[in-house]
Amino acid sequence: MSLRVDIRKKYKGFALDAAFTSDDGTLALLGASGSGKSMTLKCIAGLISPDEGLITHDGRTLFDSAAKIDLRPQERSVGYLFQNYALFPNMTVRENITIAYRGKADCAAADVAALLARYGLAELAGRYPVQLSGGQQQRVALARIFACRPRALLLDEPFSALDTFLRENMQAELKRIIRDYSGTVVLVTHSRDEAYKIADRLVILDGGGPVAAGPVREVFARPGNIRAARITGCKNISAIEKTGERRFFAKDWGIELTAAGPVSETHTHAGIRAHDFKPALSAYPAEPGEPAGPARQEAESINAFAIEIADEIDGMFEKDIIFKTAAGAGEIWWIVDRNTDTKDIRALSIAPESILLLEA
Amino acid sequence: MVITPILISLKTASVAILFTFVIGTLLAYAINRAKNEQAKAIADAILTLPLVLPPTVAGFFMLYIFGVHRPLGSLLAGLGIKLVFSWQATVLAAVIISLPLMYRSARAAFDQVDPIYLEAARTIGLAESKIAYKILFPLAAPGLTSGGILSFSRGLGEFGATAMIAGNIAGVSRTMPLAIYSAVVGGRDEEAYGYVLILVIVSFLFVWGISIITEARSGRYRLKTRT
Repeated sequence: MSLRVDIRKKYKGFALDAAFTSDDGTLALLGASGSGKSMTLKCIAGLISPDEGLITHDGRTLFDSAAKIDLRPQERSVGYLFQNYALFPNMTVRENITIAYRGKADCAAADVAALLARYGLAELAGRYPVQLSGGQQQRVALARIFACRPRALLLDEPFSALDTFLRENMQAELKRIIRDYSGTVVLVTHSRDEAYKIADRLVILDGGGPVAAGPVREVFARPGNIRAARITGCKNISAIEKTGERRFFAKDWGIELTAAGPVSETHTHAGIRAHDFKPALSAYPAEPGEPAGPARQEAESINAFAIEIADEIDGMFEKDIIFKTAAGAGEIWWIVDRNTDTKDIRALSIAPESILLLEA
Repeated sequence: MVITPILISLKTASVAILFTFVIGTLLAYAINRAKNEQAKAIADAILTLPLVLPPTVAGFFMLYIFGVHRPLGSLLAGLGIKLVFSWQATVLAAVIISLPLMYRSARAAFDQVDPIYLEAARTIGLAESKIAYKILFPLAAPGLTSGGILSFSRGLGEFGATAMIAGNIAGVSRTMPLAIYSAVVGGRDEEAYGYVLILVIVSFLFVWGISIITEARSGRYRLKTRT
């Protein structure tokens, strides 16, 4: 299973220039709206023709501008799950699935019945799409896709049309469906949670091109540049100035910090995720007999700083705390469990390995 | 009052709508699929022309093309077909005059179908002809039907072009509008009232009936909303 995409396309003042490969597992294209992720997916499906470039899948050339190859969507064997599912409104659930069926005609009825059963649609077979809930529509759309046995599955913001409750159920369900599917899967999403939960590999798109790529957990742990850090949800980013082998001065926060690895000349910024701050031990009176590991002590002595809380926003499970350092002008976000007592906290610390060194 | 004009009118309008519906729909489908925007605009303009020109002018052009001394007319005459001043000419006039209504309605109806359904159909591997037949036409059905109703009604009421190319021959090409005109000109007002009444009733029943049928057919997969 391998998908290779290297395409360029200009459209109404927007320039897409995307190059990435995916060998195994599920690939997520993560980006904000206008990043070119949906356009990329439509280029893979053949619904949009790139201006130039190459798309190959499992050894088949789907598009090659140099060789003048541009397979029609019908010839690409690519299943596309649309944002609003695009079920044919003039057909019942059964008809929607039957029309997509590829296989021996005399097996059609039995195979369609098996698909209906597998996606929990047996009771709904005679209904029209307008009579179904969002989750049911999504299951019909998936059944319709698998009825034509595609070699790749493209998911375009599959959960954006569902409400929160249903979304979480469908995420779990889709993850199971993907696990049983042997073809290539590409997920387009603007939600880092979805990308993190569902995908194995990640390509972050911004402004029409990829800004980071790699295994999902690695990209989240080391986004590498400012844009990728923001899109993976890093709330706090400051310009920096190198002051030592691993030390730098964060200009926006007015504090000096130590990173886990060496700071290079190309690192112009540093990022800290809002969840990663810990109350500095010195903020609490030492409890008798509490062991404090030497590593933690040492890290803290270099990365602890005094703070002043400016604002608190209570959420259901967490609260957002907006604070400033003693010297700094910029606001910093800290997100903690909502039961954390923050009243007496006067200092925070950050582990060196939680500091993201970023290029511009 | 003789009944022949009523029968001629109904026959003309019924035969004409078959041609108009098929030709108008296929033209709209072909032009909707064309990529060249400029060519589309030109095709739109040409196919709308019979609607904006006075029907007598359209009839004049038809005489010019199909007259027995013109190339096309003499070619047809050589094949034993004399079109001008025949019943067939009433059909031709009705088709030409009502085609723009069908064409424009069909274009609008196809434009209104969300292209996402066609994209979905392509990704599941359906051939373009099957997409047209199974998805595009059914989803455009309400617009196509209303275009058909308009065209039929227009064909039923066609006067100017019919008078030019088919004449006003009693029992052959005298449709109801022409019969009404002849009755009024001849001072037979009673007869004119009769035709007018029949024309109004027939038109109303037809349009009403078609609306009921379409509503029943497409209503099953449309969500009823309170207004």
